[in-house]
Amino acid sequence: MKLRTMGKWAGLSIAALVLMFMLMPFAASRADAAGLIDTAIEKFLADSFTDTDAAVADVVASGAQQSAAILDALAERRLLFSATGKSVSYTDAAGKVFDARSGLPIPAVPADAQIVRVNNRLRGTIAAAIGTLTLLSPDPVKRLSAADSVFKSRDAASLPALEAAMAAEKLPNVKRAFAAARASVLLASPDADRAQQVAAVGTLAERGDQDAMALLRGVASSAIAPEVKQAAELAMSAVERKLRITNVVQNVYYGLSLGSVLLLAAIGLAITFGVMGVINMAHGEMVMLGAYTTFEVQELFRAYAPGWFGWSLPVAIPLAFLVAALVGIVIERGIIRFLYGRPLETLLATWGVSLILQQAVRTIFGSSNREVGAPSYMSGAFEIYGLAITYGRMWIIVFTLILFLGLLAMLKLTPLGLQMRAVTQNRRMAGSMGIRTNWIDAMTFALGSGIAGIAGVALSQIDNVSPNLGQSYIIDSFMVVVFGGVGNLWGTLVSAFTLGIANKLLEPYAGAVLGKIFILVALILFVQKRPRGLFALKGRAVEA
Amino acid sequence: MSFTRRTLMAGAALLAASSLCVSGAFAQDTIKVGVLHSLSGTMAISETTLKDVMLMLIDEQNKKGGLLGKKLEAVVVDPASNWPLFAEKARELISQQKVSAVFGCWTSVSRKSVLPVFKELNSILFYPVQYEGEESERNVFYTGAAPNQQAIPAVDYLMSKDGGSVKRWVLEGTDYVYPRTTNKILEAYLLAKGVAKEDISVNYTPFGHSDWQTRVAAIKKFGSEGKKTAVVSTINGDANVPFYKELSNAGVKATDIPVVAFSVGEEELAGVDTKNLVGHLAAWNYFMSVKDAKNAEYIAKWQAFTKNPKRTFNDPMEAHVIGFAMWVKAVEKVGSTDVDKVIAALPGIEAPNLTGGVSKMLANHHITKPVLIGEIRADGQLDTVWKTPGLVEGAAWSPHLEGSKDLVADWVDKKCGNFNTKTGKCGG
Repeated sequence: MKLRTMGKWAGLSIAALVLMFMLMPFAASRADAAGLIDTAIEKFLADSFTDTDAAVADVVASGAQQSAAILDALAERRLLFSATGKSVSYTDAAGKVFDARSGLPIPAVPADAQIVRVNNRLRGTIAAAIGTLTLLSPDPVKRLSAADSVFKSRDAASLPALEAAMAAEKLPNVKRAFAAARASVLLASPDADRAQQVAAVGTLAERGDQDAMALLRGVASSAIAPEVKQAAELAMSAVERKLRITNVVQNVYYGLSLGSVLLLAAIGLAITFGVMGVINMAHGEMVMLGAYTTFEVQELFRAYAPGWFGWSLPVAIPLAFLVAALVGIVIERGIIRFLYGRPLETLLATWGVSLILQQAVRTIFGSSNREVGAPSYMSGAFEIYGLAITYGRMWIIVFTLILFLGLLAMLKLTPLGLQMRAVTQNRRMAGSMGIRTNWIDAMTFALGSGIAGIAGVALSQIDNVSPNLGQSYIIDSFMVVVFGGVGNLWGTLVSAFTLGIANKLLEPYAGAVLGKIFILVALILFVQKRPRGLFALKGRAVEA
Repeated sequence: MSFTRRTLMAGAALLAASSLCVSGAFAQDTIKVGVLHSLSGTMAISETTLKDVMLMLIDEQNKKGGLLGKKLEAVVVDPASNWPLFAEKARELISQQKVSAVFGCWTSVSRKSVLPVFKELNSILFYPVQYEGEESERNVFYTGAAPNQQAIPAVDYLMSKDGGSVKRWVLEGTDYVYPRTTNKILEAYLLAKGVAKEDISVNYTPFGHSDWQTRVAAIKKFGSEGKKTAVVSTINGDANVPFYKELSNAGVKATDIPVVAFSVGEEELAGVDTKNLVGHLAAWNYFMSVKDAKNAEYIAKWQAFTKNPKRTFNDPMEAHVIGFAMWVKAVEKVGSTDVDKVIAALPGIEAPNLTGGVSKMLANHHITKPVLIGEIRADGQLDTVWKTPGLVEGAAWSPHLEGSKDLVADWVDKKCGNFNTKTGKCGG
């Protein structure tokens, strides 16, 4: 009670410090604190995981001002020890050097300084320790992650600090996280009040995600008072029902995401193969060129404008389009235009082109993967109604749909689109109307290739950027276009999402390998029945 | 029109020719060494560097004065990630180029496809990659890890207190012979260690699998049932990058569900942003980050040879360094490159490895190696967090599998790769 009033009365950060002193059973006086830091430093010098583990406990118990900074540095490999100087120092994020014993800045790290190594177990310990120390941090993100680490560590010692933080908290989502953490701690301590524990079960049931489920399962199977156990079992079945529904929604969403990737890869092919009838085996390599363009753009950004890294993808999109479209024009003018109407030879020639492009990229960039970074808006995930959605995948869905609609608008609304459609429908008639069919062929092929290049920008975010990137998409792309109906963009859209969702709904039950086989067999049967795909073009264009 | 077609045909012929034979001059007084690694196709990503390492080692040996007073000559062929082509190229190396030994192969399927050729034409193959074991051939020397030098110690580490006392296991692999055999051994081992059957989940995905959302969600779910869970990944090749990208995006942290990989090293991590993957593990017999004078020397040599100060050095490359040194020593010992003499001389030969120890070729044609567990760092390197106290002897046959627990390989006394200790007969 006294603690709580103090927490309200004092400023947040001061309160954290004061709490530390009050809570830690070892931290009786300043003299003790200095002693504990000294023993901690001795343990850090040993460079063994067990000693470092003990040192972390000492640092926390010391309650010294620099405790949080030391632990932060340790977690991020910035804590250094010097065996000869018997000293430990750390640098802050900006690179300034501090002495760990005094917490005061020093001019430079000792010459023989080595990083104090950490492993996963230590990282867990550190996270829990930092969690307790940062429950009252002014930064809500830090408070949230602090609540999370207490939720996981379930350390009874952090309960008073947690309750104080909860009382002072204003943001509803952080407050909820605190409540869940408190529930988790209460359920872990054997001497907690039963009524409180039943209430804690309720809090967890409200949270209703997989972590809560795991905790409840643990409670239900542990030796705990029967009324708590009963409550846990009830809560479990409610959470389970909820999870089952989110599971199905999750699979459908994954299907949409896979579908958008398929659509992205196939949409360029829907132009070159679907509209022009060219079996372009080098289509995948256009995707690869787009991905490598992204890599090059990012390299430039890394070298010259690291602060603007987030813009690398928007900049890469038009460039990838241009690069792939140019290569497309060269292929069309150089090879394909001599082979119109001879599908087998086109297939072989473009396959040759694809091998040449692959080997060329391999010679220039090397055969190993290139790192294409994800800007901050493309990484991470958020949760909505228990659905875990990753930003990268979500933006790819949005991007694909925009690209699709843009392409559709281009074909329907621009003169070039009109001429393209005219040439596909009746080449000779279009020619006699004064359309340069040759030029339109080149432009159409360039458009299809360019779109594939743009697809490469998006795919570089989720796949390998290696010379083989294109190969992994070429078969899927043809599958999508053939299934959807050659020459029909809407068909490509429907078929990509159908295949994606069917694949993802099958995968949990049949496994990835069998699922893929099922889809292929179903596709073959379908094409037997409807050789022209889902949405067959009717009329004269088909006979031509 | 027909002109164009002819040009195309010529182009195709050129392409075919270029894949035939990269170098192969005909000098009289040289000892030829075959290098059988894919320089194109899916496996080029891993195998090209092994070719370069061989060129570096041969170059270095020549600078020291060659071998038996003769210059060494590398004969490089490109089997193009095409398994039957591996056998053809091996035949070409041995019968046409008359190489004294071959260093090559990466995937187990490529090794299996060249085996009959090496047996028929009696030559030597040094195989540098960790593999599933269950094999010991007279003509093959395995310088990579056997399962007891990688998989079993890794699992032991995760079960220990430092590794997080893992109780529940996801065995995630690519669908082919290496992951399936390794997982069979691991499953038998875990069951013997008292892990319940429902606490082991085995799953396979095809080569090049790129959409990991469902699997990562399933792993998260499997890991949220109250017991500490770890993933043992035998995912190979291209599928790794999307897998790690999905893991990092989905926020699967190493402190919650650690992933230990057997086929992911510095080279594979080069394509991934490892900031969110810190703490995930890899088990190998070598890490580039190991502090050792010999290691530093080879890394410097390698970066100078490739003229790239950022080039990475990895475990299979170290295996080639050891294998090549052993072969050179054996040839020097018998004073000839005669295949039978060299095969007889190799067991017992010792060569320093790059982690501060001395590896020895054993009678079963496997070598002794240390086992290292490393955690991924933010800069893409791996930090050793655990190491076997000494070197571990590679075992060809796993004692954890029903079919192989009575088998031993001994090419010195028993002249047999699968001697059955129960029946006392050679032949399984």
